[in-house]
Amino acid sequence: MSLDNYLYLSAILFTIGAVGVVVRRNAIVVFMCVELMLNAANLTLVTFSRINGTLDGQVIAFFTMVVAACEVVVGLAIIVTIYRSRRSVSVDDASLLKQ
Amino acid sequence: MQPLLTIQGPEAALFWFLAPLSVAAALGMLLVKKAVHSALLLAWVMITLAIFYIAQDAAFLGVVQVIVYTGAVMMLFLFILMLVGVDSSDSLTETITGLRPIAITAAVGLGGLLVSLLGRATLGREPIGLEIANSSGNVEGLAALLFSTYVFPFEVVSALLITAALGAMVLAHHQRTNPRPSQREQAINRFRSGSLAGAAGLPGPGVFARHNAVDVPALLPDGTPAPSSISATLKARGNVLDSGQFQLDNVDTTVVEEK
Repeated sequence: MSLDNYLYLSAILFTIGAVGVVVRRNAIVVFMCVELMLNAANLTLVTFSRINGTLDGQVIAFFTMVVAACEVVVGLAIIVTIYRSRRSVSVDDASLLKQ
Repeated sequence: MQPLLTIQGPEAALFWFLAPLSVAAALGMLLVKKAVHSALLLAWVMITLAIFYIAQDAAFLGVVQVIVYTGAVMMLFLFILMLVGVDSSDSLTETITGLRPIAITAAVGLGGLLVSLLGRATLGREPIGLEIANSSGNVEGLAALLFSTYVFPFEVVSALLITAALGAMVLAHHQRTNPRPSQREQAINRFRSGSLAGAAGLPGPGVFARHNAVDVPALLPDGTPAPSSISATLKARGNVLDSGQFQLDNVDTTVVEEK
């Protein structure tokens, strides 16, 4: 087995996350799929850190985790705010600008 | 293509055991109906990724992954799911016609592009591995980088964290547009409403010595039960008892003499 397999796994997880963002309607599930994509990118960073023999990739993966944590906090706050005014977390219902 | 650093033994076994499981969990997350199940499956994917990090000489990141992602982020997700309503299951019917075939086609294209790119790309040299970089410990190596080369991004990220915390506070803060009615205003409104029937407040439930009577309607002066004395929740659950069986003339009050 070569280290490439980790990269293939990461590509597959990233693709699944991308499909979830497009297909699912529940805003929270869409958000979880974004998290899955971020995690897949992190796996790539860690694998390349090992291939290159430096720890820089791991430092960047660490920064990604921090940014993802911030994103979750603000995103979930937005979802709660939308839920409070519209009683729904479906991304199809927030279409006021369309009408 | 030159084979990269080949991995034998336990790590390969671990990979071939966990990788299909994580892909299956990710697919399940896409397909299950309830958001809570999606969250649990995502937590499992994150745990497998943490195991992969530890297997790849990134022990610190593996631990941080478990603490930050499966610990904090997923619990936050579950918390918000509880707030929004666990039963709010997603309707899997497509609202935009033809969205799903297009999405799957695009996904196959994206995945095929990524995988074929990985299959054709070469680094031009053998992978090195982290033995030298981790020689004084993974955490020590990361700390040395974090506090020298990456110290400015580190500070920026701390500012980002504070901003995110403040932003969440501002977003979650709820301001009333009209003041809460005071007790005096509520009393005035009760008396000025159409009938005086509810002016004195609703009757309490019946209180009988032989039953914990929150679920028993009180009796009106003419002996009929008062339905308004029972909580609507109990009524909806069907937990309301008939008050007639607790009236004094229906209850056997004789005490059995002990021998």
